[in-house]
Amino acid sequence: MLYRESGDFSSTYAEDSQTFPIKFDRYRYYFVLFIAIAVIPFMINDYWVNSLFLPFLIYAIAAIGLNILVGYCGQVSLGTGGFMAVGAYACYKFMTAFPEVSMLVHVLLSGLVTACVGVLFGLPSLRIKGFYLAVATLAAQFFLVWLFNRVPWFYNYSASGQISAPERTFFGIEITGPNTQAWATYLFCLMFVIFSAYVARNLTRGSVGRKWMAIRDMDIAAEIIGVSPLRAKLTAFAVSSFFIGISGALFFSVYLGAVEVGEVFGIQKSFLVLFMIIIGGLGSIFGSFAGAAFLVLLPVALKIVGVDWLGWPTDIVAHLQLVIVGGLIIIFLIAEPHGLAQLWRVAKEKLRLWPFPH
Amino acid sequence: MKDMTDGYVTADGRQIGPVVMEMKNITLRFGGVEAIKDISFDIRQGEIRAIIGPNGAGKSSMLNVISGFYVPQEGEVWYKGAPRPSMKPYEVAQQGIARTFQNIALFEGMSVLDNVMTGRLTNMKTGMLWQSIWKGKAEREETANREVAEKIIDFLEIQAIRKTPVSRLSYGLKKRVELARALAAEPSILLLDEPMAGMNVEEKEDMSRFILDVNDEFGTTIALIEHDMGVVMDLSDRVVVMDYGKKIGDGTPSEVRNNQDVIDAYLGVAHD
Amino acid sequence: MPEQLAFTIEVFLNGLMAGVLYALVALGFVLIYKASGIFNYAQGVMALFAALTLAGIIDGQVPFSHLINAILGTDIHHFGWHVPAFLAILLTMVVMIGLAYAVQRLVFRHLVGQEPIILFMATIGLAYFLEGVGDLMWGSDIKSMDVGLPQGLNTWIDDTTFNAFGYGFFIDNLDIVASIIAALLVIGLVMFAQYTKQGRAMRAVADDHQAALSVGVSLNFIWILVWSLAGFVALVAGIMWGTKSGVQFSLSLIALKALPVLMLGGFTSIPGAIVGGLIIGVGEKLFEFLIGAPFLGGATENWFAYMLALIFLVFRPQGLFGEKIIERV
Repeated sequence: MLYRESGDFSSTYAEDSQTFPIKFDRYRYYFVLFIAIAVIPFMINDYWVNSLFLPFLIYAIAAIGLNILVGYCGQVSLGTGGFMAVGAYACYKFMTAFPEVSMLVHVLLSGLVTACVGVLFGLPSLRIKGFYLAVATLAAQFFLVWLFNRVPWFYNYSASGQISAPERTFFGIEITGPNTQAWATYLFCLMFVIFSAYVARNLTRGSVGRKWMAIRDMDIAAEIIGVSPLRAKLTAFAVSSFFIGISGALFFSVYLGAVEVGEVFGIQKSFLVLFMIIIGGLGSIFGSFAGAAFLVLLPVALKIVGVDWLGWPTDIVAHLQLVIVGGLIIIFLIAEPHGLAQLWRVAKEKLRLWPFPH
Repeated sequence: MKDMTDGYVTADGRQIGPVVMEMKNITLRFGGVEAIKDISFDIRQGEIRAIIGPNGAGKSSMLNVISGFYVPQEGEVWYKGAPRPSMKPYEVAQQGIARTFQNIALFEGMSVLDNVMTGRLTNMKTGMLWQSIWKGKAEREETANREVAEKIIDFLEIQAIRKTPVSRLSYGLKKRVELARALAAEPSILLLDEPMAGMNVEEKEDMSRFILDVNDEFGTTIALIEHDMGVVMDLSDRVVVMDYGKKIGDGTPSEVRNNQDVIDAYLGVAHD
Repeated sequence: MPEQLAFTIEVFLNGLMAGVLYALVALGFVLIYKASGIFNYAQGVMALFAALTLAGIIDGQVPFSHLINAILGTDIHHFGWHVPAFLAILLTMVVMIGLAYAVQRLVFRHLVGQEPIILFMATIGLAYFLEGVGDLMWGSDIKSMDVGLPQGLNTWIDDTTFNAFGYGFFIDNLDIVASIIAALLVIGLVMFAQYTKQGRAMRAVADDHQAALSVGVSLNFIWILVWSLAGFVALVAGIMWGTKSGVQFSLSLIALKALPVLMLGGFTSIPGAIVGGLIIGVGEKLFEFLIGAPFLGGATENWFAYMLALIFLVFRPQGLFGEKIIERV
């Protein structure tokens, strides 16, 4: 009654391969975009932006990036934290070296730098597969964190070893530094999220996406039918790192403002983003959003319930977070290894038939 | 010995061309085991060449050598009259050689349509920058290649399942999708590794019809490994017989059927 | 003996002993991987949990005291008794076996036949879960661990080497004890795997679940056995590391150190875990001593092991002793 595909026909292949073939889905998507762009900026305040929206948007970009590498191309990477650090430090160096250039350029360039670093650390994937590759990416993770800690050039020889984002504006409005406005930072990040989701969607539905998935599903067969494993894997690392770098740059410059690399971009970060795409759904753009939303919301929700309502000490709530996240990972992997995205798909399929049972 | 450049017409009017692929003294070893021992044979343009032999004879390994997946320790593969330089399997595919696999090698995470479209990958050259925008060049190329894929899907009568994830398909349908993927590449040479394995009579008849149609309509050269003797005798123009890595027969189906060595191999006469 | 050479030898020996401890942790991984194809990321957290439980039992701590106090408003912390080390170790082992059973029943029984990456991620989830539970049960403050192992400078070695070489090697008694225990454990485990019925069954399961089932091996039993063994190895590792540096969160990170050991040695080889551990232990310390501290600003131990393993793997993807992966199609 409400949600049907009958009557919704495509008459060209282009129509058939669009992102939202069912009309209802398409309108829902436009509606969400409308709320995100035109409604939320007016309702937002500093607290919500900093505790929910900014981390959600930024992690969504990182999750999209990691999902391309792990979910679409099947190359497990535990170096996400390190790559975000590359994006952050690249952004810092660009910001301090070229203060007149727009933040937009800085963030994009940071992404490109990270893409190059990603390709470099992705080279071993040509010889190493599966777990071994995951462990090899740990080399990247630990080495990069050490690098940004030890080589003073990266933090401009500051005494504290920290990097802080100087004030910068975008179209005349402050988006980094201490005097930013909530709606401005929100929109700036949202811009990158829409860009990332758009590009990721297009790449994954085209020939390069198919090459990635072929390598993921059966790399030997893929090679025999004409996919160059070198090209496919390295492009996956490049694109993935590009997005992760952007997310790192935004994380540092817009969200945190100051970063100490070991704390912020350590291996815990790599696991966090990995959890996001597992819970959200591997190989799904929507899943990246779902997972990011879930893992950003969960600690906030737990804190509100545990500390504010129940009055428990914060360290107990912190331990509970570990228990719940760990437990949820296991539950998801047992019950629905394809994550929230699959649950959503199944729900939609059922909804298409509602109120009929089958 | 037949001249490399001549061709001939078969009894039922099909055009067989000159030799397009030749194995010269191929020897393939895995550690101490010699899987292929000094085998030479040729494949002519447009013919259906069967490779038969008891299990473990080295037939799949032979196909893997042709695909470039295994590199023989000795011998050469000649393609279109010249020795093929050493190349990676994906480069071999780009030369126009497609294949199916003995144990189905479909991409289980994708739908039937996507799997068939992967067969078109050697043809899709639009750069990543265009693909990230999608509208314009990338979409046009995708649509053009989709049309080719759909033609193959029509040809093999799998339209109804085009959006189904392949993991949900039955064995027979999976085999057909694999054939579709190989055909989507519009190959000049098609290698089929036991395309009829595990099929009932009706499915075998369908598959045989498809193979003959492919050869007829597209002029594709076909090399196929097959155990069903009836199929082999009916479909192929010439047959190579392998046993324990050696070639024990090479000729038309009737020549090979009457070859004593071949009979012995299949009946299991003791070897030294 | 020239001082630089003496220092180097001392670093080398300390590296060997660190390597033995790495090998011990790596062993736990190899056991589980061999029997179930699961790469158990939680092995390090298991060591932490085992150590926490042991320390908690010895001190007579009330489990979950912090949580109980928060919910009920009480103020209990200790039972008031003090359990002797040997008994406490036995009790902790019982807990670890219980944990093995729970993990097997609640988690991995439902994941039979899943792809390795899913299993790996389940163990990451398990690691987080177990860490949280451990903290809730025993509190996350640093604890000291004392089960009566000898500690401190080994004066005999110090004196002898001083008399012989003019330089006294600083070798900790604890490290010597740890090496001996680890070596014994390794020998015991290798013999178990090779020569006992259960060991053979374990290897069968590692090869092929279905085939093992078809010859009558109880998968569940073997898995519980294997996880218990891994739990025992984790306990020993936890005791060693805990005595050395106190029982705290960083204990769980030694699991991360075991990874390059496994990469070098191959994931399925017990001797490989040992050799890999020794190579990494020595390599790490020597690199830091000779190149890291003087030229690179130090702290290279954070990443050297990984880089070494990575480079090694590029040339030999299956590790030193791992099974060569022949891909067929």
